[in-house]
Parts: sequence; C-alpha cells; structure tokens
Amino acid sequence: MEHVGLIPVIAFYLFATLTVAAGAITILARNPVHSVLWLIVAFFNAAGLMVLAGAEFIAMLLVIVYVGAVAVLFLFVVMMLDIDFAELRAGFIKNFPLGMVLAVVLLAELLMGVGAYQTGGLKLGTADGTAVAAAGASNIEAIGMLLYSKYLFLFEAAGIILLVAMIGAIVLTHRERGGVRGQNIAKQVARRPEDATVNMQPEVGKGVQL
Amino acid sequence: MIGIEHYVAVSSILFVLGVLGIFLNRKNVIIILMAIELILLAVNLNLVAFSSYLHDLTGQIFAMFVLTVAAGEAAIGLAILVIYFRDRGTIAVDDVNQMKG
Repeated sequence: MEHVGLIPVIAFYLFATLTVAAGAITILARNPVHSVLWLIVAFFNAAGLMVLAGAEFIAMLLVIVYVGAVAVLFLFVVMMLDIDFAELRAGFIKNFPLGMVLAVVLLAELLMGVGAYQTGGLKLGTADGTAVAAAGASNIEAIGMLLYSKYLFLFEAAGIILLVAMIGAIVLTHRERGGVRGQNIAKQVARRPEDATVNMQPEVGKGVQL
Repeated sequence: MIGIEHYVAVSSILFVLGVLGIFLNRKNVIIILMAIELILLAVNLNLVAFSSYLHDLTGQIFAMFVLTVAAGEAAIGLAILVIYFRDRGTIAVDDVNQMKG
C-alpha cells in the first residue's frame, strides 16, 4: 500500500464513522422526521467518502439527487400524512432479537469475504482498459466522455425510467376533487356575443329585468 | 488512497444497517423505504470505491444508474404510500391483504 497522508485518513474515519452512526440512528429513531434528517447526514458523509475516493461527480450527484430531491420528498410525505407513529413501533422490540441475529450473521459473512480477499484467497477482476480516464481529464469530463459514447443507450434508458416513474407517480396520486369549479374550455369557446349581451332601452324609473 | 478493504467494510456495515432497518420497522413503510435507500447507498459506495481502486470509470457510471433507479423507486414508493394512506387511513403494512394474495 502506498504512503497515505494523515489528513485523508482522518477524513476517511470521520466520514465513515458519521455515515455508519447516522445510518444507525436513521433506522432506530422514534420520530420519522428525525429519521429523514439523519438519512440526509448519512448521504452527506457518504458523499464525503466518495470525494476521498476521487469520484467528485457522483458525490455531488448524491448530494443534489438524494438530499435535494429524495429526502425532501420523504419529508413532504412524512409531514403530510397524519400517522400514528407510536402504533407503528409496536413490533420493534419483538423483532429486535431476530433482526440482530440476522444482521450479525450477514455482517460476519460480508466481512469474511473481505478477509478472504485480504489473505489472497480471492482475485478481484481487473479493468479491461476500455473505461480509463484520459490523462489530464477531470472526473466529470471523463465520465461525460464515457457516458455519451459507450453508455449512450443506457443513459437514454435511464431517462425513460425517470419519465415513466414521474408519469406513474402523477397517475397514482392524481384524483378528481368534488366541489371544484374548474375551467370549461369548450363552454367558453362556444359562448357567442348574442347569448351574452343584450341591448336595452329602459324607461326612466324602471329597473332592468335580466 | 485509503485501502479498498476500508471502503468495503464501511459499505458492508451500511448495507447490514439497511437490512436491519427493514426487520426492525416491519410496520412503518416510510422507514422501510429509507432503509432501502441506505442499502442502495452502500451499493453505490462499493461501486465507487472499486471504480477508483481499479482505475475504471464503469463503476461510477453504474453508480449513476443505481441513483436513477433509486430516485424513481422512491417516487413510486411514496406515491403508492400516499394512495394507500388515503384508502386505509394508516400505513401499517404488516397486514396488507387487499389483493388476497
């Protein structure tokens, strides 16, 4: 392993600790609003980790998409719906032992994989050299170069996924409300001056019959 | 550069936290959705770490696609949640049997 300066190491452990801690509070918090806010903290710190790995573009995307859109969407829904959260926590204690056992087993399995790699029992795949950043190109430049050439069709498919998700969300939540006086365009267009106005010559002292 | 094992360890822990969140909050579908976001975040972190480790940008491209799908999934999931709440007045999902499945 090559020599690493002290500051990146400190930053890494700071971001890693905060990410994990914020993730833990996200799933344990009593109030879902707090959960969303801690999720935002987790995303910010994960973005920091990605910056340390040299992926600035994905890190900024994470902040913009997750913190700016997804987390705000969560906040809207949590605050809009009138939910009895105490009732929803009922099974928390009951599920705790099974969940912990499962989590510990899963984590042990994953870390055993890391251990197997460290002892040389696993060989990681090597890059085929077709997606290497050009010399001197910044991260975002290199990603753009690759995205608009090799992965162009995947990129467009991602756009279609977002479009379908948007249409789906609107169709699902849209409803006709009663008692709303909407605009009737056909009726407006069909209206003629002779139906709408009338010439009158009322006598003095007499009212107008409409 | 920090070693790849450190990144893999962090994303493993984050992944397990997400799975644990689904188990602990089996009734509250909002927290379940947030736990899924945590799992996808762990996956993204892994993809980015390996992309940087192997000097291959494919991992970062795929992290972007995972991000896209995660955003769509959150939007659709919350839309379903809103109509479910409108219909039932609660979001307890452990007894969802409307489709008699």
